[in-house]
This record gives sequence, C-alpha cells and structure tokens, in this order.
Amino acid sequence: MKTKIIALSALAALVAGCATTPSDEEIAARSLAVMKAGFKERGQAKLDRLDQDNLQRTCSIYSGGNEMPKEVAARIEKEQLASIRYPADGKLLGDWKAGEKIAQSGRGGQYNDNPKAPSGANCYACHQLTKQEVSYGTIGPSLFNFAKVRGFGPDVQKYAWNKVFNSHAYAACSSMPRFGHRGILTEQQIKDVVALLMDPNSPVNK
Amino acid sequence: MNQTWERAARAACAIVALTACGASAQERSAVEEIERYRQALGDGNPAELWEARGESLWKEKAGPKNASLEKCDLGLGPGVVRGAYAQMPRYFADSGKVEDLESRLVTCRSTLQGIAPEEAKKNPFGGPGRKTVNDALVAYITSESRGIKMNVQTSHPKEAEAYEVGRKIFFHRGGPYDFACATCHGVDNIRIRLQDLPNLTKQVDAQRAYTSWPAYRVSQGEVRTFQWRLEDCFRQQRFPHLDFTSEASIALTMFLAKNANGAPFNAPSIKR
Ligand code: HEC
Ligand code: HEC
Repeated sequence: MKTKIIALSALAALVAGCATTPSDEEIAARSLAVMKAGFKERGQAKLDRLDQDNLQRTCSIYSGGNEMPKEVAARIEKEQLASIRYPADGKLLGDWKAGEKIAQSGRGGQYNDNPKAPSGANCYACHQLTKQEVSYGTIGPSLFNFAKVRGFGPDVQKYAWNKVFNSHAYAACSSMPRFGHRGILTEQQIKDVVALLMDPNSPVNK
Repeated sequence: MNQTWERAARAACAIVALTACGASAQERSAVEEIERYRQALGDGNPAELWEARGESLWKEKAGPKNASLEKCDLGLGPGVVRGAYAQMPRYFADSGKVEDLESRLVTCRSTLQGIAPEEAKKNPFGGPGRKTVNDALVAYITSESRGIKMNVQTSHPKEAEAYEVGRKIFFHRGGPYDFACATCHGVDNIRIRLQDLPNLTKQVDAQRAYTSWPAYRVSQGEVRTFQWRLEDCFRQQRFPHLDFTSEASIALTMFLAKNANGAPFNAPSIKR
C-alpha cells in the first residue's frame, strides 16, 4: 500500500513536471531567482542591479523577436521624456574639449572601477564622432557632423541634451544608456558632451 | 621551446605592448599583429600546454580519496572524454542537475576525489604565477571534442527549463547602464570600438563564437574558459560578480551552446 502511494505521487509529480510546460511568467520568476542566487555583490555592483525598473522590464519583454506595440513605445517615450531635467543656469553647452575626454573614457560602473572617480561616457564605443578617432563602434549611428547637418540652434541643442540625458525619450528601448537619468554623468559632464556635439569649433562639426 | 613558439612569444610581447596603449587607432595595428602571430604559430597554440597538463591531471590520483578522474561521467559514460563536450551542458541523473563542463568537473572532483565542492570552486581562473586545475582540465576535455559537431539536447524537462532560463537572462536588461547581453550581442554586424560583436541569437554567429571557446588569450597569456568569458561580459554589463558554476551561468551556457548546434567544435582556439 505504502509503495503504491509513493509510486502514485511520483507519477503525479512526473505528470505535473512534464505535461505542463511552465508559463512565461513562471520562467521569468524562476530566472530572476536563479540570477539572484547566481551573483555576488562586488565593489559598487550590488545585487539590486539585477532588479529592473519599469523601463528595463518592459524593454526585456519586448526583445528577442517579440515586437513592441506602438502604444507601448509611445508611453515609454512620454514617461522618459518627463524624467529629463535641465541646468538651473539654462546653459546646455559646456567645453567640447572636456567632452571629447569624457566621450573617450570607458571608465565607470564596473565592479573593478573606483566609484569615487568620475565616470566616462564611452560614446566612441558605439558612435563615430570625429574623423581623428578611427577606433569607434557601430552600435549607434555616426554622429560626425551632428550639428553641421542638423543646425546649431536651440532646438537641436535641446534635442542633444535630451538624448544624452535619456535616450529613450525619442527611441523606446534604445541600447544607449540614460546618462543623466541614471546619474552616470554629472550635469557639467553632460554639458561638455553636448558641446562636443554642438560647438561649431568641435571636431565633430569640422 | 621550439622555434615557432619563440617567434610567437616575441610577437605576443609586441601585441601586449600595443594593446597596453589602450583603445585608439593603434588597435588596428594590434589586429594586424594578431594575424601575424597566428601565422607565426602555424598549427601550434600555447593552449597545448594546458591541454597536456589537463590530461595528466585527469589521469593522476589526487584528493583525499587518492583517485583519478578517469571514472568521471561527462555524459557519454564513465571515462569517455572524446565528444563529451559537444553535448554539454546536459542533465545528469546522479546529481539531479543540468551541468556544464566546469560544474561537472566540480562534481567529479568531489565525488571521485573527495575534494569539497567549495574547495574545487576556489580561484578557478589562472593569473600571473597561478595555474589552475579548472583551466587545464577544461582545455584537455574540450580539445577532445575538436571536429565533432555541437549537439546539445533539451529533451529532459530540466534541460528545456535551463535553456528558457538562459534565454531570459540573455535578454534581461538591468543595472545602471540598462545593458543586457542582447545589447551587445543581439544585432548583426556591430562592433564596440574595433571589436566585432557576434549576434549570439543567430545560428551562424553563435556557432562561430561558441565553438571557439576556450581560447588562449594572447593579451593575457592564459587559457580562458567559457565561464570566464561570461563573468567578464557581466562585468562590462555593470552587473555584480557572476558566481563560478552558478545555475545562472549554466543556464546561459545552455542557451548559447544549443544555439551553436550543428557546427563542428574547434577549440581551444587563440584570440587577441
Ligand atoms: C551602448 C551604446 C551607446 C553608447 C555608449 C552611446 N550611444 Fe548614443 N546611441 C546609441 C544607439 C543604439 C542610438 C540609436 C537609437 C537611439 O536613437 O537611441 C544612439 C543615438 C544617439 C543620438 C541620436 C542620433 C540622431 O541621429 O538623432 C545621439 C545624439 C547620441 N546617441 C549621442 C551619444 C553620446 C553623446 C554618447 C556619449 C555620451 C552616446 N550617444 C553613447 C548607442 C549608444
Ligand atoms: C557592453 C558590451 C557587452 C555586453 C553587455 C556583453 N558583452 Fe559579450 N563581448 C563584448 C565584447 C567587447 C566582446 C569581445 C571581447 C574581446 O574580443 O576581447 C565580447 C565577447 C563575447 C563572447 C565571445 C565571442 C567570440 O567570438 O569570441 C561571448 C560568447 C559573449 N561575449 C557573450 C556575452 C554574454 C552571454 C553576455 C551577457 C552576459 C555578454 N556577452 C554581454 C561586449 C559585451
């Protein structure tokens, strides 16, 4: 009798395990648990980096061939646009030479980086910016002649500021980090990279 | 050291000197240097030293139980090494888990040799003046799958689950930079600076990338294993530190390995 019960419950477990393929939510919950158990905090990189904000969660769902509905994209862009803040002095442009250094530096955010040192932005990891720098990546479009093509006026300045502050304001689920929104760059650093894009004397516009 | 290797070692020094200059126009010539280095090596690869050491470690008696690993079951039966890696990760009934090669070796070192799992997991990756058992065993066992087609199965429910979990991890955006694996490895023909990024969701790219690990890294003078590769990419992703042999790393490996099915395995290779 006893063996029969064990055999039966084993069978039930088997059927439960095989017949029902886990739902997507179940897999998602399982994956998060597996991730939480699979990492250790190190340096500045704590375990809460595995937790997702709304944007990260939505963008993860609509990836890997799962197309994002237009209204979801529109909602994301509206929300992210609302997160953008501007300098109190109203000036969006800093020093393009400082901006070039920030665009070159890949430092910041990794567990082996010193959290006290200022972060770079590593724009060159993903973008062409100047003719001088030939070691540039192609994850994002070329930004060479950015303002020369689009114009040097206040609207374009604001667009450049917004894009660096929170790229998702215009492109939901962009691959580009939210440098302002996530506090990767300081306000002054954002001014400097915006100047790199916008200053008529910047090599970007030569 | 034979002549080819001496030449190769000189070329390697030149590359290290070059890459030390950082990311700049010089990287281009570093790429050319690697090509020259590859040619200088001909068919040779310093990883062969790791492979030879790994073969000895496999056959030597060690641990509290003073046993070799020759009875270790890598999935094709106790002691069968040839072709085993091409079918990993896989479910193992004795441990009740899906294991990749590196976690399976921890299991075998523990059950056969009596080495505590915590001990076997310590410092798995080599560094200056430190050669590790993991690196050597992985180099040896993977080399025994050279030329054999990748054939990873998800027929057991736990294998299927590992694949799906791995897939979720691959697309999981998080951290201060909002990165996922897919940010850098989900699009065709992109690069970071001058480094080409395989689209690991696409079969041809996944095949080319997966079948080329482990690799002897010229810039580091070490054989780097697949778990090392994942750990280092998670660092670039600004995630916390990936635990060696964690379920997360095995699931992710399952996803990538299966995506590489059908291609002949071709490592340990040699990389920049
Ligand atoms: C990890 C990759 C990545 C990094 C790093 C990155 N970007 Fe981008 N960027 C992208 C991608 C992808 C796009 C295209 C999608 C979009 O518009 O968001 C883009 C778009 C842009 C655009 C809009 C271009 C247009 O034609 O409208 C600007 C401006 C820009 N990036 C500036 C920067 C600057 C400045 C930095 C550094 C502070 C930077 N990016 C860093 C990936 C990146
Ligand atoms: C911020 C960018 C970035 C992210 C995020 C990233 N990687 Fe990478 N990955 C790279 C770069 C750059 C290389 C090439 C490194 C080199 O050649 O030294 C690479 C190489 C690889 C390779 C080896 C490819 C080959 O052909 O040798 C694999 C496999 C890989 N990554 C997997 C992953 C996985 C899985 C994740 C997520 C955990 C991930 N990467 C996240 C940038 C990234």
